[in-house]
Amino acid sequence: MLSRLASLLVLLLVWQLGSVFAGPRALPAPLAVLAVIDAEARSGALFFNLAATLLRVVASFTLAMALGTALGLAMGRHKPVDRFCDPWLIILLNLPALVVIVLAYIWIGLNETAAIGAVALNKLPIATATVREGARALDASLDEMARVFAMPLGVRVRHVLLPQLAPYLAAAMRSGLSLVWKVVLVVELLGRSNGVGFEIGVAFQLFDVTKLLAYALPFVGLMLAIETFIVQPIERHVSRWRPGRT
Amino acid sequence: MSPAGDRVGLEVAIAKKAYLGASGESRAALRDVAFALKRGEVCALLGPSGSGKTTLLRIVAGLDRDFEGGVWLPSPHRLGMVFQEPRLLPWRTVAENLRLAGASEPKSLAEIAAVLGLALHLDHFPGELSLGLARRVAIARAFAVKPDLLLLDEPFVSLDAALALRLRGELQALVETHKATTLIVTHDVEEAISLADRIIVLAGAPGSLIADLAIETPRLAMTSRQAAAIKAELAALAAPRADR
Repeated sequence: MLSRLASLLVLLLVWQLGSVFAGPRALPAPLAVLAVIDAEARSGALFFNLAATLLRVVASFTLAMALGTALGLAMGRHKPVDRFCDPWLIILLNLPALVVIVLAYIWIGLNETAAIGAVALNKLPIATATVREGARALDASLDEMARVFAMPLGVRVRHVLLPQLAPYLAAAMRSGLSLVWKVVLVVELLGRSNGVGFEIGVAFQLFDVTKLLAYALPFVGLMLAIETFIVQPIERHVSRWRPGRT
Repeated sequence: MSPAGDRVGLEVAIAKKAYLGASGESRAALRDVAFALKRGEVCALLGPSGSGKTTLLRIVAGLDRDFEGGVWLPSPHRLGMVFQEPRLLPWRTVAENLRLAGASEPKSLAEIAAVLGLALHLDHFPGELSLGLARRVAIARAFAVKPDLLLLDEPFVSLDAALALRLRGELQALVETHKATTLIVTHDVEEAISLADRIIVLAGAPGSLIADLAIETPRLAMTSRQAAAIKAELAALAAPRADR
């Protein structure tokens, strides 16, 4: 904990020094950025834009995880489905995020459906590929045990299937969250009229680095908080049975 | 219902069971295996490795349906099974493993846990147990569901002799109490004699039924001389076929 604090303090110090050398227009000092964060927070604009972005992150992340889990399970468990869908998966994995976003805006229009759909489509192949690996690694002997003891479907899913998939789902969630929020900012920059990405776009047009950092840093902080206080505790909870874990 | 009547606990009539080999050729594992067990009868399935004992057990358990013939069980029925490996859910405690398999009555569960010496381990995860304890949990799980048909696939394999002997005694006590129709796969003659009312011997490749022996003497009163005589008879029956 102390080493982490020391690391952050060094980062602030380097930032402050960088500001002195580069000048406040290119790199404003930490306190100047803090003052703009305070002003934006008092006006309510910061929270409004953070909430708009967060809602898009949650919607597209949920959509991508739900579809990716279902598709990954189907591909991992059934070879014909895997053979049919694998080329699509490879294409989606290699399609640049920007192409998907621009095409979604052209085909669907500059609206929320296009924005959330484009982000979800960017995240979907990674979630699918990760869950597919989990489905391939499922222990067939436990499945047989569940069949012999005639466990109901709900019990099998909750107590036999999901615990085996948990490490893969956690990996998909972690990589997915970091990808989704970055893509959401691009989507907002290109085609929405609110959100952190939109405000960063405005700041870019005005070369206002202070405002740019004033929106970027709280959002990074929010994502770190979600990772620390939601994703990591869930991961610890589902891994508590492993020897050596407390 | 079984063609042989409603007092039958299990009827098996397998004409042929084959597997596809690595190069695509069909390899028969079982041929012409037919027998019926009365309700509550305890039968040991004895034979050398590769004679199809585990294949037969998997067919009876409904885990393998790709065979020629049929298996009849009373309807409705409840199945309990002990696999060669414990097959416990490592992310659930011992108590949860028993409950999830269908053990719903806390009193009978506590009794079984006491017989098998598991009372102090109910809150442990399987990863915290020794192999012997994990096998006890697997046995407890099979009995805790109050089975009509109990299938045991070499339940004491890879345990040291002393522990296997102790667990066999505990299993014997549970089998006596629960009166389930029971099929035990083993290649240990002593184990078969000590647990079963009847011994079915499979041998050869593909495995076929070569002997069906009733153990008429009460098991608990069996003298070592009688046991030696049965073992000699089984050895005489199994050896020539196994060598073919």
